[in-house]
Amino acid sequence: MSQIEEVNVDQFKHLVSERALTGETMLLNMGPQHPSTHGVLRLLLELDGEIVVNCIPDIGFLHTGIEKNMEAKTYQKAEVMTDRLDYMNTMGNNLSYIMAVEKLVDLDVPPRAQALRVILVELQRIASHLVWLGTSGLDLGAMSMFLYCFREREQILDIFELVSGQRMMTTYIRPGGVWRDVPVEFEKAVRDFIKIFPKRIDEYESLLTKNPLFVDRMVDIGYLSKETALSYGVTGPVLRASGVNWDLRKARPYMGYEQYDFNVPTRTEGDTYARYVVRIDELRESLKIVEQALNKLPMGLVHSQNRKFVPPPRSEIGTSMEALIHHFKLWTEGFPAPKNSVYSAIESPRGELGMYLEGDGGPKPHRIHLRTPSFDNLGVIPEIVKGHLVADLVAILASIDIVLGDIDR
Amino acid sequence: MGVEQKLGNMGVVTTSLEGMVNWSRTNAMWPMLFGLACCAIEMMSAQASDYDMSRFGMELMRASPRQSDLMIVAGRVSKKMGPVLRRLYDQMPEPKWVIAMGDCASCGGVFNNYAIYQGVDEVVPVDVYVAGCPPRPEALIHGVLTVYEKVKGETFKQYAEKYK
Repeated sequence: MSQIEEVNVDQFKHLVSERALTGETMLLNMGPQHPSTHGVLRLLLELDGEIVVNCIPDIGFLHTGIEKNMEAKTYQKAEVMTDRLDYMNTMGNNLSYIMAVEKLVDLDVPPRAQALRVILVELQRIASHLVWLGTSGLDLGAMSMFLYCFREREQILDIFELVSGQRMMTTYIRPGGVWRDVPVEFEKAVRDFIKIFPKRIDEYESLLTKNPLFVDRMVDIGYLSKETALSYGVTGPVLRASGVNWDLRKARPYMGYEQYDFNVPTRTEGDTYARYVVRIDELRESLKIVEQALNKLPMGLVHSQNRKFVPPPRSEIGTSMEALIHHFKLWTEGFPAPKNSVYSAIESPRGELGMYLEGDGGPKPHRIHLRTPSFDNLGVIPEIVKGHLVADLVAILASIDIVLGDIDR
Repeated sequence: MGVEQKLGNMGVVTTSLEGMVNWSRTNAMWPMLFGLACCAIEMMSAQASDYDMSRFGMELMRASPRQSDLMIVAGRVSKKMGPVLRRLYDQMPEPKWVIAMGDCASCGGVFNNYAIYQGVDEVVPVDVYVAGCPPRPEALIHGVLTVYEKVKGETFKQYAEKYK
C-alpha cells in the first residue's frame, strides 16, 4: 500500500497568498476525515487567526471509476452503477441515466410509468433534503433535527422498499418504464406520508426558522451573488437562493412535469439562510407534486411493449417462442444502441444532473460522462468562504449540500 | 445486565477478571464518526430514531480516532483514501476493532476496478464483515453485536499475543 506523501509548501504556493509563505498566516488541513465535510472532502485552509483567507478543496478520496465501469457493462447492467453515484438521490440518478438510454434508442414510456417515476423521484428529493436538514442541523448543534428528519426519511425508505425491495439502491426505473407495477399497499403508504408530512415540516420550521441561535449562524453568511453563481455553473437550490429562477422541471420539462402545478421557490438574498429557506419550501412543493401525481395516476402498463428493449413478462415466456428469444437475447447480449450521442438532464435535489451517453452500435456504451451538480457547486465554496470564520465554513459547507460520491464518482 | 440476580442478598458477585474487563469493553464501545460513501447514510440511520444504536451503549460517535475503539469502514475505499484510512487506524488506541460495513468494504462489491481496494482487509485487519449493499441498519447492529461476542470471548493470553 502506498504511503501518505509528505507535502511540500512549494506544491501549492500558487494557491495560497504570499503571507502564508512567510508564516504570517497558518495553513490548516481539514479532512478527509472530518464530521462536517459531509464525506471525504479535504480542505486546505489558510487562516489568519480564525478568519479563512483561502480555501483549497482537494477531491478524489472517493474516486470509484464509475464512468469507466459503466462503459464495460451493457445498457441495462450499467444502471446499478448510477445508484451508487449520488447515494442520496438514487431514484433521480436512475431516471437521468434511463432517460438518456431511452433518448438514444428512441423508446416510449407509458403514462403510468412516467407518473410513478415522478412520484418516486419527488419522494427521493424529500428524503435527500431531509438528510441535508438533519445533518446541517447537527453541524450547527441542533441534534434533535437529525432525529426528527431521519424519522420521516425512514417512512420514505419504507415506500422504496415496498416498490423495489431495497431501501437505498433501488434500480427501480428501467429502460422503457419501471421494474414492475407498484403493490396495492403503495397508494396508502404514500397517502399516509402526504397526510403527516406538512405538519412535520411545520415542526422543523418551528424549531429552526425563527430560532435566534440558528438565524445568527445563517443570515449574511456565505453570500453568493447571482453573477458568481452563474459563472461557476452552480445549479439547484443554491442557484435559486441567489435569485435565478432556473429549474429543469419548469425550464425543460421531462416525464410530464408540465402537467403538475407547482412553484419554484426562489430567494434573492443568496446567503446560507436563503438556501435553507429554499430547500424547506422545496419540501412543500415536492409534496404537492407527489399528491397531484398520485391523484391522477393513470391505469395501464408500466413498461413499453417494445420487446427489443423491454423483457417480456414471465407468463409469456412459457407460451411464446418469440418472447423466449427476446428474453434470452436481452439478458445475454443486451440491446444494441445506434451510433449517436445524447445528453439528458434532470433536476436532482442538488441541481442539474446530466448524463452524456455515446453509443457505438453495440450493446455497451462507448462513452459515458456525468455532469454532476455537486462538482460544480463545490467549485464556488472557495469563493464564498473568504473572510468568514472557520465555524461559518461549516455552515456554508452544509448549506451547499455536496455529496462526495457525486463529486468524485 | 442480570447482575442483580447474581448479587443475591450478599451484595457480592464473583467473576473472572477477563469476564469483567470484556464486559466493560462491550458496554461502552465508541465507534469513530467516519463515513465514506453510501453505507455511511445507513450508519447514520442506525444511529437515528428508528434503529437507535444507543440501546447497545454506542450512542457516542467520536470524531477523533484517539477517542474511539471501533472503526466502522462504511463504504468503498479508494486508492487515495487507503493511506488515510490506515493512518486513522494507527491513531486509534488499543484495544481496537474494525467492522467492514457493506460489500465494497468487504470485497470490493460491484466496483471491481482500478480505483477501489478489493476489500478493506488489504489495508487494516478486519474483525467482522457485514454484507449488503448497503446493509440494513439491523445488519450493522448485528455486526456490532457480533464484535461484542468476539470481545467477550477474548482471554488474557490472546491480549498478550495480540499486543506483543
